[in-house]
Amino acid sequence: MLAFIISRLLQALPVMFTVSLISFAMFAYVGDPVAIMLGQDYTVAQRDALVRELGLDQPFFVQFGTFLGNAVQGEFGLSYRLSRPVSDLILERAPATLELAFTAAILALAVGVPMGVYTGLYRNSWLSRFFLTFSLIGVSLPTFLIGILLILTFSVWLGWLPSFGRGDVVQLGWWSTGFLTWSGLKALILPSITLGLFQLTLIMRLVRSEMMEVLRTDYIKFARARGLPNRAIHFGHALKNTLVPVITIAGLQLGGIIAFAIVTETVFQWPGMGLLFIQSVGAADIPIMAAYLMLIALVFVTINLVVDLLYYAVDPRLRIGRGGH
Amino acid sequence: MSLLDVKNLRVEFPTRRGTLVALDDVSFSIAPGEILGVVGESGAGKSMTGAAIIGLLEPPGRIAGGEIRLDGKRIDNLPYEEMRRIRGRQIGAIFQDPLTTLNPLYTIGRQLAETMTTHLPIGPGEARERAIGWLELVGIPAARERIDSYPHEFSGGMRQRVVIALALCAEPRLIVADEPTTALDVSIQAQVIALLKSLAREKGTAMMLVTHDMGVIAETADRVAVMYAGRIVEIGPVREVVKHANHPYAQGLMGSIPPLDRRVDRLQQIDGAMPRLSAIPPGCAYNPRCPQAFDRCRVQRPELMPAGATDAACWLHAP
Repeated sequence: MLAFIISRLLQALPVMFTVSLISFAMFAYVGDPVAIMLGQDYTVAQRDALVRELGLDQPFFVQFGTFLGNAVQGEFGLSYRLSRPVSDLILERAPATLELAFTAAILALAVGVPMGVYTGLYRNSWLSRFFLTFSLIGVSLPTFLIGILLILTFSVWLGWLPSFGRGDVVQLGWWSTGFLTWSGLKALILPSITLGLFQLTLIMRLVRSEMMEVLRTDYIKFARARGLPNRAIHFGHALKNTLVPVITIAGLQLGGIIAFAIVTETVFQWPGMGLLFIQSVGAADIPIMAAYLMLIALVFVTINLVVDLLYYAVDPRLRIGRGGH
Repeated sequence: MSLLDVKNLRVEFPTRRGTLVALDDVSFSIAPGEILGVVGESGAGKSMTGAAIIGLLEPPGRIAGGEIRLDGKRIDNLPYEEMRRIRGRQIGAIFQDPLTTLNPLYTIGRQLAETMTTHLPIGPGEARERAIGWLELVGIPAARERIDSYPHEFSGGMRQRVVIALALCAEPRLIVADEPTTALDVSIQAQVIALLKSLAREKGTAMMLVTHDMGVIAETADRVAVMYAGRIVEIGPVREVVKHANHPYAQGLMGSIPPLDRRVDRLQQIDGAMPRLSAIPPGCAYNPRCPQAFDRCRVQRPELMPAGATDAACWLHAP
């Protein structure tokens, strides 16, 4: 088990190395940081001093080595735009994005899985047809449109929920949470629905098709022939067998939710990493973009590791064979 | 009185191009402790009969006529929940492929225990002890250590033994075994059949043994029913059917078993193929392939009638 985790971590190294190479290449090829930092008027001497200070006169590999060394320590330099350490900026913004992504993922799983089981079991009921039609909307409408429609309905017309921001937050050490205040929770509702709706419908459709597949298998027929109650068959034997593909997709989707909350955060002016990123793109604030890229790669690598470990927990067939034969 | 009584059973499959009749006018009974073999080609309706008895016909298939009685009580029209209580408890089932009939994600001990706690008034601890007992009974070595193993840790033959334990563990009075040895290695088949037979005898369990292996039938069954195109064409004591079949199809089937005591250059075979369900000929369904068919066979369908020591659905034996 430990050997498996270590081998997966070793496999993750080349991935992170490649991503850091790409992040670093942005410094060289996207915009000119010197020009951005100096503004309109500068002397050649000022320029040369800045180039030396930033280490841009060093050879490529030395520069990359320095970048990598700093990155491993979580050090990505100063934001061009805000002149503050990038790591501070990201740490400040991370709780907002993570809380939003977490809420959206829970919503997608808690609603999507039961809906998938139901539509898989009762394929022809009118409720199933309704769910399927509804899921088509979730899959086909773009996220920003869903967000805008929700704002229009619940904030503008009904006035029930805030249309932007996080509401009041409570500071727990460096982590700022919106879970503990009423306005923070209210502010979470619309963005998390917007962010989670696509994943919800995706998970529902996945669980549904997997359920239909599993219900045809011999071991489900045999479970029926043994006279087991339906509840045990559907939610025990069948659902557990649908979990492996569902875990895969749900894991990747969680990564996607964190990485691509950009649109939702923009629509709701949610003060998270995505909003920070999109503002940085507008200002060609490369240190933030590079750090964000690396952070997202790290998130995906971590999620993949967790997904692999969950396979182990779910499917006993994967537990042997490794190192065995 | 017989344990299982099937009378005029008719199973239909509604399709877009009309209704297919998969089983028509199937009648037979099984006495307590008796082993009835059911043979026939693929698609003759053997497995369908078994599925109808345990109440698990694949939709859109449905019982369209006749009745199935267990101990004199009708079971073909019970609500799902009542039939569920009968499945496993009164009628056990064994399926063809032991590699796919066990849930891969649960230990065999758990699958045995959940079957017993579903049907018997016992707790989990008692169920676990009994599960070990059943595994020993079906010949799993070191049952106590292996009870927490998963299905993939057993060979095919061992898994079928586990399936047999699962079918028997709530002590049903009838077992529907649908080709229990077809998917196994030939060397294992005899062992599994011997086990099944000895357990059935020991527990007094009746069995409906569906197979297309005549050797298995001859060794195991008390009586045998031969099926063709959704009907029983001959039924009688196994010795009589094997040695002196009265229906030309049963004769052909028995004739195609290669004899071991003498050399033959060519195996006998029955010309032609069984008709599709959508194109069953009028009269006797076998008449296009029957070497002894005459005019009546092409018009009028024969019912089972006494023929020697068996019953055969053939006009050759018309009184």
